[in-house]
Amino acid sequence: MPPLVSLSGVAKTFANGLKALDGIDLDIARGEFLSLLGPSGCGKSTALRIIAGLTPPTAGTVAWSDAPDGDHRGEIGFVFQEPTLMPWADVAGNVGLPLRLRGQSRREAWPRIEESLERVGLREFAHAYPGELSGGMSMRVSIARALSLRPKLLLMDEPFAALDEITRFRLNDDLLRLHRELGCTVVFVTHSVFESVYLSHRIAVMTPRPGRIAATLAVDPAQRRDEAFRSSAQYASLCGKASRALADASGPGRPS
Amino acid sequence: MRRAGPGRDRAQARDARLRVALPLVVCIAGLLAWEAYVRLAAVPPYILPAPTLIAATLVTDRHILLASWLVTLETALLGLGLAVLGGVALAVALSLSRIVEYAVYPLAVALQVTPVVAVAPLLLIYLPESVAVLACAFVVAFFPILSNTMLGLQSVDRNLLELFALYGQPVGRSTAAARFRARAKALWHLRRPAALPSFLAGLRIAGGLSLIGAVVAEMAAGSAGASSGLAYRIIESQYRLNIPRLFAALVLLITTGILIYLLTSAVSHRLLRRWHPSALTPER
Repeated sequence: MPPLVSLSGVAKTFANGLKALDGIDLDIARGEFLSLLGPSGCGKSTALRIIAGLTPPTAGTVAWSDAPDGDHRGEIGFVFQEPTLMPWADVAGNVGLPLRLRGQSRREAWPRIEESLERVGLREFAHAYPGELSGGMSMRVSIARALSLRPKLLLMDEPFAALDEITRFRLNDDLLRLHRELGCTVVFVTHSVFESVYLSHRIAVMTPRPGRIAATLAVDPAQRRDEAFRSSAQYASLCGKASRALADASGPGRPS
Repeated sequence: MRRAGPGRDRAQARDARLRVALPLVVCIAGLLAWEAYVRLAAVPPYILPAPTLIAATLVTDRHILLASWLVTLETALLGLGLAVLGGVALAVALSLSRIVEYAVYPLAVALQVTPVVAVAPLLLIYLPESVAVLACAFVVAFFPILSNTMLGLQSVDRNLLELFALYGQPVGRSTAAARFRARAKALWHLRRPAALPSFLAGLRIAGGLSLIGAVVAEMAAGSAGASSGLAYRIIESQYRLNIPRLFAALVLLITTGILIYLLTSAVSHRLLRRWHPSALTPER
């Protein structure tokens, strides 16, 4: 089966001369959970933004296997590092925003809004305002918003970095459940080795300045991800492997 | 989630009572001291009238004062209304087009820094008096609305704008009309609500300023004024040494200013209470 999206030779140089990405080749398979793992400032977020079409690459191509010329932005859900909610709109208004922008009325959007909120377990909070929610709940709303268009591809930019560990673990499990239920493809940016191993089918380890893919690690997709996995020897050895790959990629003598 | 326990409610109610009672107590104490001083020192009313005399003048001169008050109030509110319409319309135009912003904004700043007292005599030459007075109220109230609304329109979360780029904007056919439509969409869904708190802050400032503008222009028009607002009454009372009436007119002006402030604050609170930090009571 052809990959959902292929990046070939993607490079990005910013106007100030900073080379963020250089020669990224990456096939994103249908239905996979792919993590981009790297130190901060290695261009992971830039890569994600290029996949989303939010910023054009300076070289290389991003190709969708079906309808390469079409507008794919309706098939993408994007989750930022912060929840990025509109404080003036209630939870339902925030979740329904992508639908509203695509021209649906609130009433037309309502079933989808309810469905998305149901998926993240926030159905009874539809009329709460973001200021009334905790950090974890805000992030759930943000994920529900990304799901409202039923995207094929979910792009997540260090979504749980600002959350406490307990909340992060719970959201990790919820994300895995959503991935199973929806069968969508996820590209997940993180700087946490443990998080990437726990979540992913495949981990692309990136080098900093310029960002390149240094190594790819596979984690058996059939592996059950739960507390037992988290404390297993297999998990520890995978984390060790990923950590070494990350250290190699960052290189000795490279400023971190 | 915010929670409101009974203890918290009681503390809040006490706080609200204090906020009303304390200024009242200070005000009444001041008035009593004033009254006592005037009586004990036997100050003649043409130097300093006692509060009771001012109150009596408010009642006896009510027909003259009420008519003047309505003239000034109408000028201030109309000026404020026009300033809101003009300021918001211009802010939106400036935020939609950079060219317009470069061309017009410096002129708006120039208008703002020109003292309205200096412009009033000119306006009185070129315009009929009532229109000139209205123009002054408009000019001073206009800029706070414009600059605050512009600030608000520009202070949108960058990530939210990216979200709009992802979901809202047309791709490929990047015609000027399509770009304009996308901007208008972002304006309505994103910039309009984001700008609301700043706009309301501007409105509160402009409310007071519109009254000041109206008074300044009436003063510049002076005794030549055909329509007689409160400022005209003040000047007239000064010429006639009718100091109690002067004070009575002043009391009406101050009351009007406070009422405008309370009104704009209430509007602001009502519109922001669900979500803006300024309108939410802090958790203690």
